[in-house]
Amino acid sequence: MSELKSGSNLEKVLKAGHFAFTGECGPPKGANVKHLKEKFKYLKGNVDCVNLTDNQTAVVRMSSLAASALMVTEGLEPNFQMVCRDRNRLAMMSDILGAHALGVRNMLCLSGDHQSFGNHPQAKNVHDIDSMQLIALVKKMRDEGKFMNGDDIDVPPELFVGAACNPFADPYEYRVYRLANKITAGADFIQTQCIFNMEKFRDFMKKVVDMGLHERCYILAGVTPMKNAGMANFMKKFVPGMDIPDALIARLKGVEKKDQAEEGIRFALEQVAEFKEMEGVAGVHMMAIEWEHMVPEIAERAGVLPRPVV
Amino acid sequence: MRLSYSADVKIIQVPCTGRVDILHLLNAVEDGADGVYVAGCLEGECHYIEGNLKARRKVIHVKKILAELGIEPERVEMYNLSSAQGARFAEIANEMAERIRALGPTPVKNHTAA
Amino acid sequence: MIVADRKSLEEILGMVADNHKILILGCKGCVTVCNVGGLKEVEILTSSLKIARKKAGSPIDIDIQVLERQCDTEYVAELGEAVNDYDSVVSMACGVGPQFLSEMYKTQTFYPAVNTTFFGGATQHGVWEERCAGCGTCGIHMFGGLCPIARCAKSLLHGPCGGSSKGVCEVNAETECIWDAIVKKKMEAGQLADLMGVRGFKDWTTARDGGPRRSIREELVQGNI
Repeated sequence: MSELKSGSNLEKVLKAGHFAFTGECGPPKGANVKHLKEKFKYLKGNVDCVNLTDNQTAVVRMSSLAASALMVTEGLEPNFQMVCRDRNRLAMMSDILGAHALGVRNMLCLSGDHQSFGNHPQAKNVHDIDSMQLIALVKKMRDEGKFMNGDDIDVPPELFVGAACNPFADPYEYRVYRLANKITAGADFIQTQCIFNMEKFRDFMKKVVDMGLHERCYILAGVTPMKNAGMANFMKKFVPGMDIPDALIARLKGVEKKDQAEEGIRFALEQVAEFKEMEGVAGVHMMAIEWEHMVPEIAERAGVLPRPVV
Repeated sequence: MRLSYSADVKIIQVPCTGRVDILHLLNAVEDGADGVYVAGCLEGECHYIEGNLKARRKVIHVKKILAELGIEPERVEMYNLSSAQGARFAEIANEMAERIRALGPTPVKNHTAA
Repeated sequence: MIVADRKSLEEILGMVADNHKILILGCKGCVTVCNVGGLKEVEILTSSLKIARKKAGSPIDIDIQVLERQCDTEYVAELGEAVNDYDSVVSMACGVGPQFLSEMYKTQTFYPAVNTTFFGGATQHGVWEERCAGCGTCGIHMFGGLCPIARCAKSLLHGPCGGSSKGVCEVNAETECIWDAIVKKKMEAGQLADLMGVRGFKDWTTARDGGPRRSIREELVQGNI
C-alpha cells in the first residue's frame, strides 16, 4: 500500500476498499453562514466528503474555498471545487495553497458552465488554462512541490485530485479517451455527471474497465434524485450534458404528484444498488442539491450507513 | 584604370541598387552562389535619393534570414562607393572574394528533384 | 478579415443629436468586404439619418466620402483640414479608422458607426463567422487546422467540455462545438493520439493580455539603419 497523497478521509475510505458515498452542497447566495451550517448538519456523518460547488451554473454564491474552510471547522470533510471560468493561473495556485492552509484536502478540477447561463452573463471569460491543465497543475504542486513556472513551493499542498466526467456528452466515442487523459494528467478520483440513462452508463463503464482505467483512478457514479416529473423535464430541456430517458419521465408522471418525490428516490436507490455491484465503480456521488435534508434518509435506505471510519 | 580584381566575381548591373530586391539576393543563394554583395552609391549621393538606403535595409534583412537558416550572414554584404572610385571597386571585389574563400563553398547544394 | 456590425440608428442619431453638418466616412477595406461600411452602406446610413432628422423637424446636412483605407496615415491625410469644417465626423470603418482619424485631426470629434467584432470570413453570402482571436501564437495545425482558442467558448485546449451536445456548443444552439469537429476529424484520420497528453499552458503574452501590440518589418522602416 503506497503512501497517502493527501490523507483526506475520501482518499482513506477509497484506499481501504470501501464503497465511497459522497455528497454535495451549494454555498449560499450570500454570506449566510448560519444557513450553510444548517445544511452541513444533514450531511455530517452521512457522507465521506461533501462537494462545495464553485459559482455553479455561473450563479454567484459564496466561494467554494470559504465554504470549504467553514466546513472544516464544523468537522466535515469538504471537496473543494475550482472552475477555470473565473480564475487565471495566478489566482488558482494562490487558492490551492490557501485551501491546504485552511485544512482542505480534496479538490475537484472543472471547466465550469459558461457565464451566459448565470446571473452575470456580461462578465469577462477567464479560461486561462483548462481543466486538464488544472489537474496537471495541482499534481505538480503536490508531487513536485513546484509552481507552474518551476519555482519551489515552501510547503506543498496535499490534495486528493478529482475531476469530472460526463459520459453523456458528445462525441460519445471520445469520452472514455478524455477520461483516460484526465487520469494520465493526474486525477486520483472522478465524479461523473448525474446519471439517468443506465443503459448508456453500463456501456460506458465496460469501455472504462476494458481500458483498465478503474485500476488507476477511483470512479464515483453521480446520482441525483428527481423531486418530480417537472424537474426531470426541465433538466432534459435546459441543462446541458443531460441524458434523461423518456422512460424515467414516464415513470415519474405515472404516479400522483405528491408521490413523485418518493418515486424519484426509489429510482435513485435502484441505481445505488446497481452501482455497488458494477465493475469499475468505486462509489456514488449523491447530488441532492437544495435537498440536503433528504440525504440522511437516502443514505439510510441505500444501505450505506454507517460511513466507515478510517 | 586596368586594375585587376578577382575573376570569381560576376557583375550584374542595375540602374540603382534600390532596384535590387530581397528575392534577387535569396535566389542567388538558393541557386548556389557562395556570396552576394551589393555595391551602391555613397550614402547621401543616391541619384534616386534613397535607393541605396533601401538596398542596405534589404541586405540586413537577408543576413537575418541566412542566420536563421544557419548560413553565415557574411556571405551577403552591402558596400557603398562612388562610380569614380575604380580602385575602391577592385578593392571591394578582392575583399569579398577573399572573405568567401575563407568561409568556404556555400552549404547550399544544388540538387535537382529526382 | 475584420468584421463589424453597424451600431443601431438610435445610437448613431444619439451621437450626432446636436450636430447640423456632418461627414460620413466609408472605407474600401474590410468593412466594404463585409458590407457594413463601404460606399453603399455609407449612402444608406446617410439617407436613414436624413429621414430621421427630417421627421424630427431638425434636418441634418451630410457629406460623404470613402477612403481607400482608414488604417493608413497616407490615406487619412487625404482628407486634409477640410475635415474640420464639420460639426463631427462619423466613420464607418473598423475601430482602427476612427482612431487614426482622431490621432491625425486632433480637434475634430470622430464617432464610430460600427461595432468591430472579430477576424473572420464569409461562410455564405451575407454570413460572417469568427475564426481567429488574434492570440499571437498560432497552433491550429495541432488541432486539425481548427482553432479552439477562437472557436471554443471556453478556449479549451483539451475539449470538448461536458456541455457539448450533438456537435453544438452549450452556449448557443447555433454555435458549432469546435471540439466536436476536431475530435471527429482526428478520429476519422486515426490520429486520436495527437489529442492525448497535457499541452503546455498557453502563453498569453502574445495576445492582448500582454498589452497593446506592435508588429515591425525592420527592412521597411525608414531611417532604421
